[in-house]
Amino acid sequence: MASLKELSEKKDLFVSGHRLCPGCGAGIVARQVLLAAKTPVVVVASTGCLEVASTIFPYSAWAVPWFHNAFENAASSVSGVEAAYKSLKKQGRIKKDIRFIAFGGDGGTYDIGLQALSGAVERGHRFLYICYNNQAYMNTGIQRSSATPRGASTTTAPAGTVSQGKVQFQKDLIGIMVAHQIPYAAAATVGKWNDFMSKVEKALDTDGPSFIDVLSPCRLGWRYPPEKTLEVGRLAADTCFWPLYEVVNGKYSLSYRPKEKKPITEWLKLQGRFKHLFKPENKSLLEDIQNHIDKRWEKLLKVASC
Amino acid sequence: MSERRIGKTANEAFAEAMRQINPDVVAAYPITPATEIVQIFSQFVADGKVDTEFVPVESEHSAMSAVIGASLAGARAMTATSSQGLALMWEVLNIASGLRLPIIMPMVNRSLSAPINIHCDHSDSMGARDTGWIQIFSESVQESYDNLLQAVRIAEEMFLPVMVTTDGFILSHCLELIESLSDKEVKEFIGKYQPKNFLLDIEHPITIGALDLQDYYFEHKRQEAEAMIKSKEVILKVGEEFGEKFGRNYRFFEDYKISDSEVAIVVMGSTAGTAKTVVDQLREEGIKAGLLKLRVFRPFPAKELKEVLKNVKAIAILDRSDSFNAVSGPLFSEIRNVLYDLEERPKIVDYIYGLGGRDIGLKEIRGIYQELEEIKKTNKIKTLVQYLGVRE
Repeated sequence: MASLKELSEKKDLFVSGHRLCPGCGAGIVARQVLLAAKTPVVVVASTGCLEVASTIFPYSAWAVPWFHNAFENAASSVSGVEAAYKSLKKQGRIKKDIRFIAFGGDGGTYDIGLQALSGAVERGHRFLYICYNNQAYMNTGIQRSSATPRGASTTTAPAGTVSQGKVQFQKDLIGIMVAHQIPYAAAATVGKWNDFMSKVEKALDTDGPSFIDVLSPCRLGWRYPPEKTLEVGRLAADTCFWPLYEVVNGKYSLSYRPKEKKPITEWLKLQGRFKHLFKPENKSLLEDIQNHIDKRWEKLLKVASC
Repeated sequence: MSERRIGKTANEAFAEAMRQINPDVVAAYPITPATEIVQIFSQFVADGKVDTEFVPVESEHSAMSAVIGASLAGARAMTATSSQGLALMWEVLNIASGLRLPIIMPMVNRSLSAPINIHCDHSDSMGARDTGWIQIFSESVQESYDNLLQAVRIAEEMFLPVMVTTDGFILSHCLELIESLSDKEVKEFIGKYQPKNFLLDIEHPITIGALDLQDYYFEHKRQEAEAMIKSKEVILKVGEEFGEKFGRNYRFFEDYKISDSEVAIVVMGSTAGTAKTVVDQLREEGIKAGLLKLRVFRPFPAKELKEVLKNVKAIAILDRSDSFNAVSGPLFSEIRNVLYDLEERPKIVDYIYGLGGRDIGLKEIRGIYQELEEIKKTNKIKTLVQYLGVRE
């Protein structure tokens, strides 16, 4: 892993001028992924915030070959690119080593693109899939996804007089990836750049599919001031809402153990999407959320080595 | 000419042509009645007979998505499908053409659900008629094979995707003696693929599939429309060159005894063969019957069709699909549109036939010509659109 000084001297391949919101986590993710890559890369994007805001014709924020197909098919599209690379390399028509990275939001990854992702991982293409997970369909205006946490208010599962936001807990996509016997999977968060970029490096060195679910705070959908993105990202790890870990060939290991596990309310209270949970009548819901986090954390500690 | 006569079904002929084309990438998903194409091709891959990287995807949507990725990466890429598979691809069919990718796809015509049915009609093709793909129909196994080889040249010269269709089961599973070309002849005819801008050209990074708003989208779509217009010349040129080299000429359509005909049928696919037999019989009986077999449905050869059909007195369109538009089948709408500019328009009727593989024979086609004779004599149309051979 390069030092911060070395990184600061590296040429940015995701460049300024894009139209992501101030404080957007996705832009930070894209920049750090490309800085972490040691070989040339080709990027494939799923439809979503990162795609629409970074490539408004005739402009592009990507200084690497970049391709967007549709919403649900980043993984199948990158399969084709990688297959072409293998074929042309085998025929001696391409000499260089190139790596392949797909970016999808949680909508394009947890939901509509899950089948394509499952297929691509099962087939074993060598590519890194980055899910920049902002826990809802932010591009279309903050609709719930299967990555939205319980209790969050979204525009299709809003808090109201008889409903308290999303009912279900988010699904364990890394667990699903591990069930595919993926050689490398990891959870990361915006705000922990060193951890994230190390994981990107390891993933790109993996001879096969790799998957990183990076929690990507969205100041608009999560409703917090834009300067708090890194803090919100870090606190997700400190509350163990979003533990940082790796799964290498099925073996779990923790990447970060908070010195003091903070209560979930510390994280929730920063975000307007959880505001309604702090009404006295929603006390039990808060407890339920804390219990769920505790259980997941304990389960992770059981399977993970440090 | 070193032609070889071999017995092949259309599926086998497609697979054989694919072996000879030797694409860099094939991504495909099985579907009846097209499954054999990728099955046979997979064996070629397993036996090291091609350089192809085969991607056994988990759906047709992923097949087309992967082929788009491969094509953009700089590879010659192919897939094959039918019916529901084509329908599932619909979203990305438009992306393949919108990104101007020379993808080549054998497509075995089969009806669309519901009700589910695995047999031939042209509903699947018609569902994709406005997706910006060149669509070439085949009457026989021989034409299926020849058309697929020509499709490579057409696609790569125009940077447009091409689907070559064959009739499900009627041709896909029916053995026919065909003349195949040698591997060398195919290699020379199709040439090497030279991508213009491609993802694996790392030194020249490109952004493809960008968000295209009110200020540019329209111009890009206009360019796509222009490419389809220009592809007509290329289709003719490639067909002519194929004819010169291998003795079988191809144009937009085949006009069979139509130049002096008074009554004529317009049809696509295998039914043309049956209809030709009827034309021959009627000619012996002194009836001036003709036939127009449309080969190239997209781009639609409007000007050329008008020229050929203008002197016919009465025309019947055979539509192997329905538009469910409460008017007619799709081919009828398009041919009738072509005739509108004529000072003296032929009388024209539509027969929707053969849905879900319902058989059509000499008797039914003879009946259509009889009705055309009646229209010719009386100059009156009794029924504009009929469903042929249906119980109602």
